[in-house]
Amino acid sequence: MKLAVTAQGIDLDSAIDPRFGRCQYFVIIDPDTEEFEAIANQSLTTSGGAGIQSAQFLADRKVDAVITGNVGPNAARALQGAGIEVYTMTSGTVREAVKAYKEGKLSTVSGATVGPHFGMGSGAK
Amino acid sequence: MVIAVASGKGGTGKTTIAVNLALTLERDMPVQLLDCDVEEPNAHLFLHPLLDVSEKVTLPVPVVDHSKCNGCGRCSEVCAFNAIIAIGTHVMVFPELCHGCGGCSRFCPMSAISEEPREIGVVESGHAGQIEFVQGRVNVGNPLAPPVVRAVKSKIDARQVKVVIIDAPPGTSCPVVASLKDSDFCVLVTEPTPFGLNDLVLAIDVAKELDIPFGVVINRSGLGNKDLLTYCRREKVPVLLEIPFDRRYAACYARGGRLVEEFPELKEAFRRLWQRIRALATTGQTEFRGPS
Repeated sequence: MKLAVTAQGIDLDSAIDPRFGRCQYFVIIDPDTEEFEAIANQSLTTSGGAGIQSAQFLADRKVDAVITGNVGPNAARALQGAGIEVYTMTSGTVREAVKAYKEGKLSTVSGATVGPHFGMGSGAK
Repeated sequence: MVIAVASGKGGTGKTTIAVNLALTLERDMPVQLLDCDVEEPNAHLFLHPLLDVSEKVTLPVPVVDHSKCNGCGRCSEVCAFNAIIAIGTHVMVFPELCHGCGGCSRFCPMSAISEEPREIGVVESGHAGQIEFVQGRVNVGNPLAPPVVRAVKSKIDARQVKVVIIDAPPGTSCPVVASLKDSDFCVLVTEPTPFGLNDLVLAIDVAKELDIPFGVVINRSGLGNKDLLTYCRREKVPVLLEIPFDRRYAACYARGGRLVEEFPELKEAFRRLWQRIRALATTGQTEFRGPS
């Protein structure tokens, strides 16, 4: 089982990044062993389709589920196509997100939670 | 001769200059006016053209034959816009991100990708008095203005028409570059405010990059401060025309009126503008070299 958390830093105490496609880092973690790696998001500076590219990145890494703040319409479609479950959590740390996931406290979403281009600029529009 | 009317800052008076220049020339020579501000074309508000031709603008977007696709992901590698992705062996298309380059279908080793046209806008053409009029409009929700701009410019009739005036979009991004490209001269309209000057400097960079000779029209002259004039003098940027900040001109504009038909002094001013453009465009100089 591989879980990805969108994060603003590279360790488990980093804050969750509420943006999906334009998050700073993906922390990819095995929730059972808590072994993890943090990877800088290559889509951060792409001109368009960041959510799609990020979904493809996670699919290539064989991620099963992602915890993030929000997903836009294209990202939602791509994640769904990849069979990656989406859980939402807008604040807290990566460690807290993983804990909440393991305790079954997070809810899944099947569609977009925000409109397109939500994560551009400062991340809050 | 193709004259593009551009500006960095929006709302400086591009359409006012383009429309009134066209009206100044229409009796003397065949003129074409192209409204390339396809996100919000507004020259028609002043010219009231009779638009009798309407043509759709389409982009070729990929359609995947999943029975032929082997999921190799080559399509996704060649796409610069994330419009097509391969997840595992499943390929997904995001048509609204596609720029229609055709790369994915060309490089697909299984020939699994064909293309279908997606409508992104429309080009409308007709006449306003003696002026041959063309405008483009992108469909609402479609972020791809440059192909519509190019479709408008494909209507340039170099054999019949002596002067083509392009009303460009504001800013300095792709739709502006598409509008300015291959023009013989660029008129940059600005105003003597800090924003006007800041964005003029950016627009001048675009004109220089495209190697198009240019000059500046200062609209609402008398407003703001002297920084713009100081800049033009220091950088030897030719100031082609100054239109004073006058309430009567604003009122004329606001009701969709035509400056050159209501104010004789402006009719004269636009004649001089044309002479200066012609002189600078034919010598091809990008800097003013006359007596300062």
